[in-house]
Amino acid sequence: MNPQAPAYELIEDAPRVIRLALEGDWVQSQPIPDFSLLRSELIALAPEQLVVEDRKLGEWGSLMMAFLLQCHSYCEAEGIALDTRSLPEGAQRLLDVATVVPPHVRPREPRQDRLKQLNPIHLARVAWSDIRSALAFLGDLSIALTRLLLGRANTRFTDFRHFCYQAGPNAFAIISLTSVLVGMILAYLGAVQLKQLGAEIYVADLVVIGMLREMGVLMTAVVMAGRTGAAYAAQLGTMQTNEEIDAITTMGVSPMEFLVVPRVLALVVMLPLLTIYADLLGIIGGGIVAGGMGITLLQYTSQIEGALSLTHLMVGLSKSLVFAVLIAIAGCRSGIQSGRGSAAVGNAATDAVVTALVYLIVADAAINIFYQQVGI
Amino acid sequence: MTEAEAHISVRDVTMAYGSRLIQRDLNFDVNRGDIFVIMGGSGCGKSTLLKHMLGLIQPAAGDILYAGESFTHADQATRDRMRRSWGITYQSGGLFSSMTIGENVALPMQLYTHYSGAEISEVVSYKLSLVGLGGYESYYPSEISGGMQKRAALARAIALDPDILFFDEPSAGLDPISSSLLDELIVQLKESIGATVVMVTHELPSIFSIATNSVYLDAGTKTMIAYGNPRELRDHSEQPVVRQFLAREASAPAETA
Repeated sequence: MNPQAPAYELIEDAPRVIRLALEGDWVQSQPIPDFSLLRSELIALAPEQLVVEDRKLGEWGSLMMAFLLQCHSYCEAEGIALDTRSLPEGAQRLLDVATVVPPHVRPREPRQDRLKQLNPIHLARVAWSDIRSALAFLGDLSIALTRLLLGRANTRFTDFRHFCYQAGPNAFAIISLTSVLVGMILAYLGAVQLKQLGAEIYVADLVVIGMLREMGVLMTAVVMAGRTGAAYAAQLGTMQTNEEIDAITTMGVSPMEFLVVPRVLALVVMLPLLTIYADLLGIIGGGIVAGGMGITLLQYTSQIEGALSLTHLMVGLSKSLVFAVLIAIAGCRSGIQSGRGSAAVGNAATDAVVTALVYLIVADAAINIFYQQVGI
Repeated sequence: MTEAEAHISVRDVTMAYGSRLIQRDLNFDVNRGDIFVIMGGSGCGKSTLLKHMLGLIQPAAGDILYAGESFTHADQATRDRMRRSWGITYQSGGLFSSMTIGENVALPMQLYTHYSGAEISEVVSYKLSLVGLGGYESYYPSEISGGMQKRAALARAIALDPDILFFDEPSAGLDPISSSLLDELIVQLKESIGATVVMVTHELPSIFSIATNSVYLDAGTKTMIAYGNPRELRDHSEQPVVRQFLAREASAPAETA
């Protein structure tokens, strides 16, 4: 049997008593009548009573129920008595269930002024409150670290060891790849320029100084910001969602000591080690390019010996300590202050990486200027 | 009980995580129109059985059939087709937290029906009214209470007018009033849309007020030890542990004996 097109008809039984006769199959392949049409007809007729009638009603489902529900809310609002007794029993019952609870009206929220978000004063205020909250976080962290030094913090060594393992050995593969490639890129960039002066041999100096002072530590930090910083934010954000952070707080343990300190310390220990590893591999990467340009291994190594200095290494390592703290703070702060739910955790991870990268670049520039001023 | 009535048939199912056996030799039918309860003590594998029935975990052995058609051994396309007539609510709701309640309920319709945008929003508001959440379309799951989230999840589960409704602990974490309202709602919906209901629960009031059939999984013997209407099982089961579970007795007659 082919489905019949669903339709309704309005019949005036008595003055102000209207019959709404339904027919056909109210299923999804059929054109469902639009309630707004019925509403305009009802407005014109202004009935006091509306009687819904089942006239050759075939199959019906959610679409008819949605139509009837709109009908019901309209009648409710206009004070029209609605009689649905001739509907099929199931439909009647569903309509009863659907209308037991009156619809909730969402309170109007103050509208956000879109232009306000471009207002420089507003932006400055947002930036200032962000800086303040970062400083407050840093302050809390300092208190927790002090308590750790005094031996009064609830920080577990096993956690610290676990995070060291995650931040260190587990990152070897990706750090190896990036630092060899960065070393090669440095050598290649320098080689093209130095060749014009016939000074290819200084590629070695360029690679050593470039890796040790700048690229080794910066690339490692960028990778770790994406890898470990985001992981910290996601872990702590999920713990926030699962009320684990509430549980820790109500046990009388500071989440700062229990969760943040081991993560920060792990990164502070591992990032300098990874940086040394990255420096080494970068120099090897540079050697590969240098070898391709006809510089012998002996020439390369003796040139490196001349360029290597403890100062360059220490410049890089001092940066790595600062970067480690910044990455860990950005990650942990986003995680701890994360909202609840999967979307909020995602935002926290994104925030962690973006903030960490901004911190890294700004800090790197500041440290470079400082070292240049003091002549290191 | 004839084979034609059986809506879901579980045949010789053994469930295991790796080498750890959870339950073995499960054999039972869920008839069309039943409100079927999977019972058992904590850790006996109730939720695991539900996950097997939903195809989230593959049984170690045996077969699960829906209306006589094997689900366990079906290919992905057939499974997806069969699943389309199911509505499922998860223990913690399973609402997508990045979508509003309205978008959550609309999603199955956008995926599997040809409704127009206006029709979808009308049906969404109808489904939400059914669970008593009319007007909550624009809220995010995190903005409403746990009980409301469960009801919103139910609205999403019934979006496509399913044949079978699965509930994992529908009233866990709800106050007695909300939980009895939810029970009533489940019965009303089942009667109106003619669905079969399968639920995992250990809320005794729910079990006695709405269940028509049940199976009891025993953690000790790792198999089902009772099958039937829970009210009858409470009074007449041969298994002391089942009577004790249903009568909510603390000390085990079997252990003291």
